[in-house]
Amino acid sequence: MSVLVNSTINGDQYEFVCEPDETLLDALRDRVGMTGVKEGCGTGDCGACSITLDGALVCSCLVLGAEAEGRKIETVEGMSDGDKLHPLQTKFLEHAALQCGVCTPGFLIAAKALLEKNPDPSEEQVRYALAGNLCRCTGYDKIVRAVLAAAKQMRKA
Amino acid sequence: MQYLAPEKTADAVKLLAKSKGQVHLLAGGSDLLVRMKGGYIEPDVIIDIKRIKPMQDIKKTATGFNIGAAVSCAQMGDHKALRRAWPGVVEAANLIGSDQIQGRCTVAGNLCNASPAADSVPALIAAKAVAIVKGPKGTRRVPVENFATAPGKTCLKKGEIVESIQLPKRAAKMADAYLRFIPRTEMDIAVVSAAVNLTLGPRGVITAARVALGAVAPTAILIPEANKILKGDKLTEESLESLAEVCSAACKPINDKRGTIDFRTHVAGVLATRAARLAYTRAGGKL
Amino acid sequence: MGIDTPMKDRVFKSVGTRPTRPDGIDKVTGRARYGADFNMPGQLHGSILRSPHAHASIKSIDTTKAEKLKGVKAVVTSKDFKTKGITDPDLLDIIDNCMASKTAYYDGHAVAAVAAVDAKTARAALKLIKVVYKKLKHVTDVDEAMSPGAPLINKKCFTQGVEPAPTKASNIAVRSEFGHGNVSEGFQQADIVIKRTYKTGQSHQGYIEPHACVASISPDGSGEMWVCTQGHFVFRQQCAEILGLDAAKLRVTSSEIGGGFGGKTHLWLEPVALLLSRKANRPVKLVMSREDVFRASGPTSTTSIDVKMGVTKDGVITAAEAELRYASGPYAGAWASYGAMTSFACYDLKNVKTVGLDILVNRPKTTAYRAPSAPMAAFAVESMIDELADRIDMDAIDLRIKNAAKEGTRSSYGPVYGPIGIGATLDAAKKHPHMKAPLGPNQGRGMACGFWFNFGGQSCTDLNISPDGTATLTFGTIDVGGARASMSLVVAEELGIPYDKVKAVIADTGSLGHNEMTDGSRGTFASSMSAIRSCRLAIDDMRQRAATMWDIDLDDVTWENGHAHAGGSSGSNHAPLSIADIAARAHKTGGPIAGHAQIVADGAGVSFATHICDIEVDPDTGQTRVVRYTVIQDAGKAVHPTYVEGQFQGGAAQGIGWALNEEYIYGKDGRLENPGFLDYRIPVCSDLPMIDTQILEIPNPNHPYGIRGVGETSIVPPLAAIGNAVSNATHVRMTQVPMSAPRILSAIHANKDSD
Repeated sequence: MSVLVNSTINGDQYEFVCEPDETLLDALRDRVGMTGVKEGCGTGDCGACSITLDGALVCSCLVLGAEAEGRKIETVEGMSDGDKLHPLQTKFLEHAALQCGVCTPGFLIAAKALLEKNPDPSEEQVRYALAGNLCRCTGYDKIVRAVLAAAKQMRKA
Repeated sequence: MQYLAPEKTADAVKLLAKSKGQVHLLAGGSDLLVRMKGGYIEPDVIIDIKRIKPMQDIKKTATGFNIGAAVSCAQMGDHKALRRAWPGVVEAANLIGSDQIQGRCTVAGNLCNASPAADSVPALIAAKAVAIVKGPKGTRRVPVENFATAPGKTCLKKGEIVESIQLPKRAAKMADAYLRFIPRTEMDIAVVSAAVNLTLGPRGVITAARVALGAVAPTAILIPEANKILKGDKLTEESLESLAEVCSAACKPINDKRGTIDFRTHVAGVLATRAARLAYTRAGGKL
Repeated sequence: MGIDTPMKDRVFKSVGTRPTRPDGIDKVTGRARYGADFNMPGQLHGSILRSPHAHASIKSIDTTKAEKLKGVKAVVTSKDFKTKGITDPDLLDIIDNCMASKTAYYDGHAVAAVAAVDAKTARAALKLIKVVYKKLKHVTDVDEAMSPGAPLINKKCFTQGVEPAPTKASNIAVRSEFGHGNVSEGFQQADIVIKRTYKTGQSHQGYIEPHACVASISPDGSGEMWVCTQGHFVFRQQCAEILGLDAAKLRVTSSEIGGGFGGKTHLWLEPVALLLSRKANRPVKLVMSREDVFRASGPTSTTSIDVKMGVTKDGVITAAEAELRYASGPYAGAWASYGAMTSFACYDLKNVKTVGLDILVNRPKTTAYRAPSAPMAAFAVESMIDELADRIDMDAIDLRIKNAAKEGTRSSYGPVYGPIGIGATLDAAKKHPHMKAPLGPNQGRGMACGFWFNFGGQSCTDLNISPDGTATLTFGTIDVGGARASMSLVVAEELGIPYDKVKAVIADTGSLGHNEMTDGSRGTFASSMSAIRSCRLAIDDMRQRAATMWDIDLDDVTWENGHAHAGGSSGSNHAPLSIADIAARAHKTGGPIAGHAQIVADGAGVSFATHICDIEVDPDTGQTRVVRYTVIQDAGKAVHPTYVEGQFQGGAAQGIGWALNEEYIYGKDGRLENPGFLDYRIPVCSDLPMIDTQILEIPNPNHPYGIRGVGETSIVPPLAAIGNAVSNATHVRMTQVPMSAPRILSAIHANKDSD
């Protein structure tokens, strides 16, 4: 039997229906239309589906859609402020921190969660905080640099 | 399938006891949803325990700490007092998966999943943790080393649920440590792991030692001989060598995709000695 | 400047700069649409049933119950593929791999598919399909597959490339041979001869986006398909042939691609989606799970390689010989021949012989993975070069420099080299500060070289000037990591307009002529060559328009910095005309301005790299840590240097993963034990250091801007570079990849025991 779920997604109120065994990832993509949330593995190993759930960084593939009742969700679609990109988005572009770009939404969400907790991370802290996000294109070099550069800019702001 | 999210432990126990078919408890979901995705299980009922209030918190009590079954490992890492008292348990819990997994996974779930390689379990065993089990017949306390009975099997009976994990109060000059071997630096399951909990008396003499190993037998195992070897002296090269030997000797590992018998047996000893050094210095001992 | 004027000391304005990519904002806001992000109205959900056996003959498939399930709209098995009239053996293999006909050749081989109204119904329908298998003996190890008594995978497999053709079937599908000189004589001249066997595990491209497509075919034989692919034109051609459609009537659109690295050059599920759609007369979406990707797309070969090399005391390699055995899955391939061709390509050798053998095994069909087949051969050869250097007490880099190929060298695979960069990368490596940096305890430094051919081939581009003077380039190779940026730079350069006045668009198959895949590092090389030609045609057109506007002779109009200039007697009377000026009057001077080009891009220009790495090994656990890594590669002219660096870094990271942890692990039952990112361990962020890069720009004389392909070579050296570093750290020679901790530890222990 389907479940009716009310959630706040990127600050807006959404109501969606999903199967009780449907993951939040599938619900976000197929029911809500947030296809910026990507499926790379479906088993919590790649981080492409990263979102925050009540502020906690999670893999949406390991959350049931039904669990999102009454919760707050943030996805990549809610990252920029109107037409103003988030500093992480800007720095990812400037540093060429993406090649194919499919892992990028997950990296941005995970990096944002990191910088909210730790505004001045070391390179090593960035690397460990992003270890749950797989990127196969870049070798991570430019991603780490972009996150460090965004952190620096955000500290100045 | 039915998704249920009770708000009281008693309700969860009732639902668990009366539900028909495949019934699964959902805490963090980092094992359950993976098994569903792979088609290994098809639950008829999922009971989500995350909305049960008493399971949501870490409480400091007169006898130690009470970690609710729905407490995420990230919450444990953020809990300063717990981190101070049980650094080994918290580092073990914080090694499970990525930051994303940390936001969801629980030590109770790690315990109930009953994987021989579960990161938090050897640390909990070394810390002498107890699982508080609620069931139709009331409450029982199960020492963590007796909880898992085989890979994927636990001592839980129909209708029973882990409500919390209790850690004892930290004594003066007591500290624990947990180390594991993984092929990468993150995101792997332990190939072999070791947890050590030491209590020191005057002049750095060890008065009690609990050592547990993971991924070297069907369940995580306590190494009782370690106490005999380490007790009554400072941590010396000789005692460390003996510790490595008894740890390696206690291993009954398998060859699998993650490691070999030889590798696990040897590295169990290596990690036990390294964790012992770490715990010893944390407890105030000088090497 | 003529249409094909080659580069000569050209000073660039746009090419070589590092602007933000034009598709960037879509990709950081979640707007970019990848394979699985697209839907068609009325679309059905497809799902594929796969063999649980490593090798089994399919006795029967009963789909009746599945067909009767409410919500199921189509069920497909191999019977639905009409192969009559198809003679191309490669295409027949593709079809058999997409849907097993008589035999399931590997764990994960597709046997049936359904299309249903939703995922749940499709899953339920798969469970109702009854397949009766007869299990057959299987073999997954490449050496075992060659041994007498090994289960025969294909009874009709008679080794190709052997004269006279064998009469007995075997698992050796293809034999290839390359070389020159006389190796036996060469070995006699050597002071030291070493022979060793090396083995490498089977690695996967590990792109983060699983394969996905949405297919729609109408009863009139027209259709469309949305798909993540490295080559939508090739996919269209092959799918049309497989389904008996007219290629022109099948419009294929490439989605954004979430990584490919060779793995998306091949059809895995697209013909199945098309067939389901045709049967159901509804659009069908098919998306692979990660498990499907590992089990049933195309990883690289697992290999076993014998190398024998001889060297004189003063460091001249007198002879080199190799037999390279590459598993190709259950179908014949040309993978070992690439290994045989590339193995000694870095060196100037008088006597060289390589034999490649493609071996059938019960593993998924091998496909390309970034410089396919070269990394394994380089692992063997570059490991041995270090060992030879050690034996003659010579620095490993000096031995390489002494024997490096150069302009005029006859390569081990035949052609004579033009200007090449192996020597330059070695010289740069020798001078690099990394080479002199101190090492910590338990650390070792290693280096290795690598080679890749680079491809060219068919490309086709349209350049259209808008009425406001901005330019649209329509091209047909996909953007796997910055292609729109590099194409825009090339067009801006050629037209003499700013980068942000160019829009690069990737055409669907209905909008442009045939383009080959983005493979063989050909995307930027070939498409830019065609784009330049398109621009030059448009410039010629615009010169004509200016002549008309000015009413002067065409010969008196020159083109400079994006402007037409009047020359000759009337020159001083006319102010230069910008593209915008000319475009604004286009309606009066002959209509829209455009340049259409189609080329076969020849002369891709071979590529070389040298890598240096420092590895720390924990002597008690065998655990490795990459401490420092440097990539030095000849890129030809680097169009967008930041993305060139990205290619260097990405390839190195993939090679590091392959060297240390990645491999397909099969159980005794022949089933894949690690079809997921948990146990198929690609490097995570905390595994790697920053990866330093040094771009050398040795112009490719065959390209107007001197561009060479850059994408692949960077994966070739890491396996050996790491092997050499581990060896220098532990004094143990590793001959098997991946060099996992259990393998390193056991080698260290064996070494101690023998001391």
